Amino acid sequence: MIEAFMQSFMLRAMLAGIFVGFMSSYFGVFIVQRRMSFMGSGLAHAAFGGVALGILLNTEPLWIAIPFTIIASIGITLLKDKTNLGSDTSIGILFAISVALGIIFLSLKRSYTADAFAYLFGSILSVQTSDLIVTIILTLFTVLTFFFYWSRWAYSTFDRELAKTDRIPVTIDDYVLNILLAITIVVSVKLVGIILVAAFLVIPAASARLIAVTFFGMTIISICLGIVSSIIGLITSYIFDLPSGATIILVQAVIFFIAIIYQKASMSETI
Amino acid sequence: MNNIAIDVKNLYVNFARYSALENLNLSIPGGNFVSVVGPNGAGKTTFLKVILGLLKPNQGTITIFGKHTDELSPFDLGYVPQIKTLDRSFPALPIELVSTGLKAKWPGKMIKTNKEPVMETLEKVGAGNLAKRPLNKLSGGELQRVYLARALIRKPKILVLDEPATGIDWIGENDIHKIIDDYKSEFNATIIMVTHDWEAAYHHADHVLMLNRQILCFDTPDNAFTEQCLRKTFGHVGHRHEMIFVGRHHD
Ligand SMILES: Nc1ncnc2c1ncn2[C@@H]1O[C@H](COP(=O)(O)OP(=O)(O)OP(=O)(O)O)[C@@H](O)[C@H]1O
Ligand SMILES: [Mg+2]
Repeated sequence: MIEAFMQSFMLRAMLAGIFVGFMSSYFGVFIVQRRMSFMGSGLAHAAFGGVALGILLNTEPLWIAIPFTIIASIGITLLKDKTNLGSDTSIGILFAISVALGIIFLSLKRSYTADAFAYLFGSILSVQTSDLIVTIILTLFTVLTFFFYWSRWAYSTFDRELAKTDRIPVTIDDYVLNILLAITIVVSVKLVGIILVAAFLVIPAASARLIAVTFFGMTIISICLGIVSSIIGLITSYIFDLPSGATIILVQAVIFFIAIIYQKASMSETI
Repeated sequence: MNNIAIDVKNLYVNFARYSALENLNLSIPGGNFVSVVGPNGAGKTTFLKVILGLLKPNQGTITIFGKHTDELSPFDLGYVPQIKTLDRSFPALPIELVSTGLKAKWPGKMIKTNKEPVMETLEKVGAGNLAKRPLNKLSGGELQRVYLARALIRKPKILVLDEPATGIDWIGENDIHKIIDDYKSEFNATIIMVTHDWEAAYHHADHVLMLNRQILCFDTPDNAFTEQCLRKTFGHVGHRHEMIFVGRHHD
């Protein structure tokens, strides 16, 4: 009985880990090359506001956190486009508002819940079937973007103006990217935790950047590293009874340092 | 040759309250080589961006072969940007950048049918040996050649060049101008080239456009490189003006 139960939650966590690892490392390449890692952090904290509201309203936090985070991401993009504030300032402001709201929401909920903790640090136990379904749907969308958006996002990441001269709708494309990123962050949060989700997005892509010479290569390598580190991290966290998010991040960090050594080695070869 | 490639009427461009271009009026015939000269901040790049449809005029109109800039295909225009904003951390190879000229999108895996024309064009601009060297390891002049290959590969009717020979060595500069001249005569293309090199403008262009927020002179090189035009455009003239005159006596 217990064994079967263990396996079903572990299976859910493993599937969620693979899908979430795929998406975050895929979007991560754009985050890294567009220097948006602070955006990842900002959206994760926006997700905290949404989760807290969900807990306060006694509903599934995911359903509140997704629209909440999407609105925050649109807000950030609008603030950046319509004012002459830098994106870090816009993110910083929405970041603070969301966290402040989250704290108020949680304090209004008199019976303090352990649930909030799971969201802060991530937990394998917390992955529900509904989370898995949302994750799978989002993964399908993400795979579709590989065929319809990857090349456009890549082009405007390389040079926005050049992409514009080739009639790429860069502004609309940015919104699409940021909205998908927002949802990816929300679904990653259960496994990885709000605090670590930005690193989760960035480390595989940064490692891939060290190895790859083309953006396509970087994307593929990042995805492989993202998936592999999720699998290894989840198994390790299960065996040693460690928090899943922190374990995955440490596995990613090990891969990152191997990538640095690899890069140094291949550089000294060519000299 | 009375087809008009670029037709500009009462064109104004402002950045917030700063007016970058004021009341431009001009018609550039198809197959014409126009050099745009003017001091830094004169609005030369701004003018090119209006041609490319990157900037919308605040007033006035611009048509290209009778069409609004939004109606053009990206393949009608080849653009060599003023290179200074390249993100050197982006992992890319010259063959990939040139292939965006062919496909108007960023390449995934490079396939063979794209590689051949790309290599050919890189050879043509003298950058065949650079094809697979990461972009972030190229020098400024090498990069200029790669960007020129990207513009030429789409065989555009109009070439828009923002200081294409800046940072290229003297021999290379002559190569580049020869490539541009050859392209023009082979395809009867219209060339708009911003340059700070008055000699290049004088020797290669059919018309010279002197710009400093307004059009101060638009004429054949002989009529444009006069002390009067240069003084109106640049404020003072300096020694370079005499160099042009020396060059002229040689011809
Ligand atoms: N996006 C922008 N926002 C605000 N001002 C701008 C913008 N782009 C250009 N300008 C201003 O418009 C003026 C013309 O700029 P432009 O880049 O067209 O000059 P340029 O003639 O190409 O100069 P250079 O020879 O230095 O390349 C400059 O004063 C510049 O500060
Ligand atoms: Mg300029």
